[in-house]
Amino acid sequence: MSAITSIEPLIQAENISVRYGDKLVLQNANLSLLPGKISSLIGPNGAGKSTLVKAILGLTPLATGQVTRRPKLRVGYMPQQLNLDPSLPISARDFLKLASSDHRQIDTNAELCGIAQKLQHPLAKLSGGELQRILLCRALLRQPQLLVLDEPAQGVDVNGQSELYQLIGQLRDQLNCGVLMISHDLHFVMAGTDEVICLNQHICCHGHPESVSSHPEYLRLFGNNSGAGVAIYTHHHDHQHDIHGDVVDPHTCNH
Amino acid sequence: MLEILLFPLLTALCIVVVAGPLGCFVVWRRMAYFGDTLAHSALMGIALALIFSINIQLSIVISCIGLALLLARVQQQQSLSGDTWLGIYSHACLAIGLISISLAGEGNIDLYAYLFGDLLAANVFDCLLIATVSSLILGFLYYYWRPLLSICLNEDLAQVEGIAVAPLRAALMVAFALLTAMAMKVVGVLLITALLIIPAAAARPWCKSPHAMAVLASLIGLLSLGLGMLASLWWDIPTGPSIVSAASALFMLSQLRRSRSY
Repeated sequence: MSAITSIEPLIQAENISVRYGDKLVLQNANLSLLPGKISSLIGPNGAGKSTLVKAILGLTPLATGQVTRRPKLRVGYMPQQLNLDPSLPISARDFLKLASSDHRQIDTNAELCGIAQKLQHPLAKLSGGELQRILLCRALLRQPQLLVLDEPAQGVDVNGQSELYQLIGQLRDQLNCGVLMISHDLHFVMAGTDEVICLNQHICCHGHPESVSSHPEYLRLFGNNSGAGVAIYTHHHDHQHDIHGDVVDPHTCNH
Repeated sequence: MLEILLFPLLTALCIVVVAGPLGCFVVWRRMAYFGDTLAHSALMGIALALIFSINIQLSIVISCIGLALLLARVQQQQSLSGDTWLGIYSHACLAIGLISISLAGEGNIDLYAYLFGDLLAANVFDCLLIATVSSLILGFLYYYWRPLLSICLNEDLAQVEGIAVAPLRAALMVAFALLTAMAMKVVGVLLITALLIIPAAAARPWCKSPHAMAVLASLIGLLSLGLGMLASLWWDIPTGPSIVSAASALFMLSQLRRSRSY
């Protein structure tokens, strides 16, 4: 756990478990999110990452444990995807207006997210990266103390990904908000976050990126060579991901 | 002539105006099948009214709202998909309704009027009732417009932003149920869903924003009503089906416009 214990956490989850039907998808997780810190949630598919995020946000009922939030905590949430039916005509600006009626605030935040020139475009016609930026912008309109991002770089090309991660780090510095992020990009996680939480139904290990990357549980899940401390622009692909984003052992890979 | 037509016309007007924006939500939230399920439960309402000798209109309303609330509840369970739940309730209602009607004696009821609508029989009372309910629904849609749009796009996001998603979703289904119960008078059980989704779908290619689509859907509904009523009087054909045919024709025309990327 972080050395700064005097700061009151934004959200604290104690021993939370979530059950879908009779399947336990999350088991006794403890988590504490601090202002100004980026925490990354990593783990294989089906590890319960999204479930943990939903439990913390109060979107799914808890089987055990409790979540304590700071009173009147403002959370900006970036969901994995929109459920945009093609029959719904809506421009990016109209979409943002659902969260704030203040035009100036929309323009400022769109500028910040580098999406200002796309505001008149229909939401359905934006590229993956542009849509992610619009979603991020909508989360910012809440003037969040905590940003919760569910795979922010999903569907974004490699250049766009590093830009997006840079933007997130920048936003943390500007707003001094806490960030909880689900990520599949281990390189970014190791280079750009303050705390890593490695999840596989239960929290296998957590802590500073360097300590996590040498933890036996982490090594068992992600292998030995996932590039701790490698800076974001200079990484090499020393492992492969399968279609689920899991790390594939290079020896069994056909590439 | 005018007095005979005045109340039916006003009644239909109220329903069509509300059907525009409500129909948009049906299309955006992909709830078309829910409309059919409601229609079947309305049929069950008629049958139950006959058996228990209560007011038919009241029985239909109770039956539709009951179903809407039940569905709002079970759809949160994940063991079966929402689609399957709808299919089960839809056909269970239809089966029970058909049995009840046959038990109550088919002679006791003008089933034809409920299946195809009985607009020209609308009186002052129907007109006032439907006008009241329509204004309530319209007020609800207007007041909760932004939150309702938000839940169409992502319910989790809406919830995090402080919208009470579950009650709002249930309220939308109840509004839908109420309109279905009322619209039976105009187009009948079989064509209710058409009255909701066809004007909305016809409005789609012309619109760049959700509110424009809602308004245009109402206007297309009004135009269909006018054309359908005229055709009905001119050729002496059933009113409900001719309104729906007019709407369908307008939909075909609207498809000629290639939506410019919106």
